[in-house]
Amino acid sequence: MTEQPILALEGLRTEFATGQGAPVVAVNDLSLTLKRGETLCIVGESGCGKSLTALSILRLLPRPYGRIGGGRVLLEGRDLAQATDAEMRQIRGRAISMIFQEPMTSLNPVLTIGRQIAETVMVHEGLDWTACMGRALEMLRQVRIPEPERRLHEYPHQLSGGMRQRVMIAMALACRPRVLLADEPTTALDVTIQAQILDLVRDLQAETGAAVILITHDLGVVAEMADRVLVMYAGHKVEEGSVEEIFDAPAHPYTQGLMQAMPHLGSGEHRSRLNEIAGVVPALNARPPGCSFAPRCGLATDRCRQEMPPLTGLGGTHMAACWAAGGSQA
Amino acid sequence: MGSYIARRILATLPVLGVVAVIVFLLLRLSPGDPAAIIAGDHATADDIAQIRRELGLDRPLLEQFILWLGQLLSGDFGNSIYLDRPVLGLIAERVEPTLALSLTTMAFAILLAIPAGVVAAWRAGSWVDQAFMALSVLAFSVPVFLIGYGLVMGLSLGLDILPVQGFVSLWDDPLGFAAHLVLPTVALGLVYTALLARITRATMLETLNEDFIRTARAKGLAEPRVLILHALKNASVPIVTTIGTGIALLIGGVVVTESVFAIPGIGRLTIDAVLQRDYPVIQGVILVIAGIYVFVNLAIDLTYSLLDPRIRY
Repeated sequence: MTEQPILALEGLRTEFATGQGAPVVAVNDLSLTLKRGETLCIVGESGCGKSLTALSILRLLPRPYGRIGGGRVLLEGRDLAQATDAEMRQIRGRAISMIFQEPMTSLNPVLTIGRQIAETVMVHEGLDWTACMGRALEMLRQVRIPEPERRLHEYPHQLSGGMRQRVMIAMALACRPRVLLADEPTTALDVTIQAQILDLVRDLQAETGAAVILITHDLGVVAEMADRVLVMYAGHKVEEGSVEEIFDAPAHPYTQGLMQAMPHLGSGEHRSRLNEIAGVVPALNARPPGCSFAPRCGLATDRCRQEMPPLTGLGGTHMAACWAAGGSQA
Repeated sequence: MGSYIARRILATLPVLGVVAVIVFLLLRLSPGDPAAIIAGDHATADDIAQIRRELGLDRPLLEQFILWLGQLLSGDFGNSIYLDRPVLGLIAERVEPTLALSLTTMAFAILLAIPAGVVAAWRAGSWVDQAFMALSVLAFSVPVFLIGYGLVMGLSLGLDILPVQGFVSLWDDPLGFAAHLVLPTVALGLVYTALLARITRATMLETLNEDFIRTARAKGLAEPRVLILHALKNASVPIVTTIGTGIALLIGGVVVTESVFAIPGIGRLTIDAVLQRDYPVIQGVILVIAGIYVFVNLAIDLTYSLLDPRIRY
């Protein structure tokens, strides 16, 4: 615990200008720490602010409306929220890399994959083009793409989805980043390919020592990959803990709901309907005054609807933001 | 790729054939007897019949067409009725000014419009964007001759910086050549600049929203590289299509511009030929322009596969 985290968010607030009145807040007062070599999974439904958290770290929020409205993004103690654009360009792709959900559309269709990997190396390490292409080839081997010499000169449309995600990973890791942000890297892929990609991420993480923030809504992926888990709901952190703490004793009703919505093999009730969490994440501009989850929560009381519950420690590293958690619920 | 080019060249033949038929019928079906026109006001019926025989106008239509086509293919486009000289020679004499004006106009439009469109899309909604787009509406709405006369009034007659009109060959006087081309180029080029800038902005705006642009930025690339290599290359197919259409539209604009600035090019030749009912010249000009048009389209189609690797034939 004394080791300085490689990446830390302190009270991150991401907001969008609306043209009239106050900006809407998409990520609210989010803090997290990420240690060297660690894997943190951020879990939540669509629209809860997971991807925007990652984009905030890289300062790639959609322009011109998105912006960091408060808090700090500390990379080894240095605040990226205050960095200049030129400094951010040095960091993107070199200290912090990102892979995206859609390998189909995230690669440039008119450039060869070799070129797309090599240009990252060229921009950050200033090597000559031959050396950069050499690195690209080496990276394609490392992500286990068959016939890398041939693939180097191919275009994205000539590759399958899983292959393209491998290329994205090769590109992200080409400059040996210390932090890898993976935004639903397997969601768009076949189940069999998903496992391969996750294995690959884990192997490369072990080889390079990179810390990983893995954004997902798939608790199966979390169980497989995470050291620690952070559950987000409507822009807030609602629960955080080690993977054991979260899976053994989910404290927040939202986390419990996510667990119950997962299919279980051999539980005797396969073929029955999965439990779903009724309702949807409230819109950014229509958040209730109290706990954001209260409208969908079976345990909600008047207090929940009036007052936002603070994050409270539940022993160990486990913490949750729920009035019901801590004593009555475990 | 080789076989594709061959197929595309073959595919232009029917188009050129249809053009040939229409051009041929233009003379035969138009009101007024060409033989009577050639013969002049004081000709007798015998004179006219004589001329008609010489031109082959008394033979069946199909026979005339085959004869005419045979002449075309051997490079004989007939003689001008008024000047009594080969049409192809007349056109060749007039090619330089028209070609020069067309090329400078396209170059002017491309060099101005693409950077403007890219910057406008990059900073969409900003004052720069709004200013560029307002200017493009203006340039688009004002007719060529108005811009032309306005420029002549201001820069030539008013400030006396540039020649009013006329044309000087590049080989005789390169400086004079350039000076004479400035005003016609601007007058004719503004419309295409406006059109091209708007298309560039629209396609760039779409491309800049693509996921791979976010990827490029996430790699730490600088904006110029993101805009030019990653975005513009993806947006290039519609832009090149517009440039191609622009070349076709240019032909109409050239006729007007050459009149305004008294440039002895193909446009002037066409107007004179129409006014004098010089049918062989009209036919020759139409055939040459149609040929250029088909060639430009072919070139553009072939360019697509260079710009976008997903386009394969």
